Amino acid sequence: MAKSDVKLIGAWPSPFVLRARIALNVKSVEYEFLQETLGSKSELLLKSNPVHKKIPVLLHHDKPICESLIIVEYIDEVWASGPSILPSDPYERAIARFWASYVDEKWFPAMKSIAVAQDDEARKAAVVQVAEGLALLEEAFQKISKGKSFFGGDHIGYLDIAFGGFLGWLRVTEGTGGIKLLNETKTPGLLKWADDFAAHPAVKDVLPDIGKLAEFSKVIVAKMRAAAAAPAK
Amino acid sequence: MADQVVLLDFWPSPFGMRVRIALAEKGVKYEYKNEDLWNKSPLLLQSNPVHKKIPVLIHNEKSVSESVIVLQYIDEVWNDKAPLLPSDPYLKSQAKFWADFVDKKIYDLGKKTWTTKGEEQEAAQKEFIECIKLLEVELGDKPFFGGETIGFVDVTLVPFYSWFTVYEKLGNFSIEPECPKFIAWAKRCLERESVSKSLPDQDKVCDFVVEMRKKLGME
Repeated sequence: MAKSDVKLIGAWPSPFVLRARIALNVKSVEYEFLQETLGSKSELLLKSNPVHKKIPVLLHHDKPICESLIIVEYIDEVWASGPSILPSDPYERAIARFWASYVDEKWFPAMKSIAVAQDDEARKAAVVQVAEGLALLEEAFQKISKGKSFFGGDHIGYLDIAFGGFLGWLRVTEGTGGIKLLNETKTPGLLKWADDFAAHPAVKDVLPDIGKLAEFSKVIVAKMRAAAAAPAK
Repeated sequence: MADQVVLLDFWPSPFGMRVRIALAEKGVKYEYKNEDLWNKSPLLLQSNPVHKKIPVLIHNEKSVSESVIVLQYIDEVWNDKAPLLPSDPYLKSQAKFWADFVDKKIYDLGKKTWTTKGEEQEAAQKEFIECIKLLEVELGDKPFFGGETIGFVDVTLVPFYSWFTVYEKLGNFSIEPECPKFIAWAKRCLERESVSKSLPDQDKVCDFVVEMRKKLGME
């Protein structure tokens, strides 16, 4: 399949875009990466995702697919001959989707709260929330991985990709806050998982450089704080 | 071995209604358990310890929660009839996209149309109507979002129709004049037994909300 058949509109810091890139790498799909500039949205993006105007957008034969987890599932189905991303058992699929949804709906918003916390007390409360979430994910990891390296077992799967997309931001949060969110005492499984995931061939070349991400996060956090502090209309 | 299927639900919940419709479409026999959300059963707390919310589908003692995830599970397990999702990967991704849109927009905006006041309420009602209109465009000339028969998006969306009297009466605005196509679609869905048996009457839902507001001391 020609490289131009598959395009991904995205940006290097986005955890959601990273999910799509890892999935494409798992399937060894060649694609054109169309990098958006922060602060402006390309015409192609606005045309391909008119409803949300957000990245990532996968363009397959010029047909757009939006929402990162929907993109990952699409990739899994279309390139079916490659390694499977979702498990084949319906119950295991439901569990993987459940935790991916938890990461998106509960855990990541708590992570963002750490960044925009206006004072120390708020920050501490947010850190507690994130840590509680990680405890749940650690428990899930122990159950689902069954002693293997990844949520997907020997190979990275849907939940590895869904959660792993945030690994860079997790590291930046740890660095900026001087906190060890993944640690030997509370999250030994995830601590090892994180290293295995980051080193995985489908991940290592697309995982953003932590230093670069930390610099970028300063810009983003300033924007988020300004938006949070702005008086509600 | 016979399948054991239990649904933990709460009759006015649009999320619960989605699962009821799907199980009916697939002809699955199940035990319906109505939860008292102010006094959650040990079974609910045990089967959904993370969110403690309904609906929860318990299939041969394995629990599945989050309504859209439950729908996909039902579609994959009982795959011999009434497919909810198309088999074509691209069309499937589009159905998932619109179901996700319904989840992101319709519930929260719908709630805001009658629980907020002043400018916030006006803005919510305006955006709600815009979202419904966007869905009308997506529906196009098809009888259902799923095409000739109801599908994933229809099942995800139609339960909110049972709350329209709540939105309109308590929110003091009208939906049908702006979105007649949507109303026509909802009524078409209700012609199917799986839907009409799963959705409570709009007035019943409204009475319940009014009662609940009184109980909670909100006028």
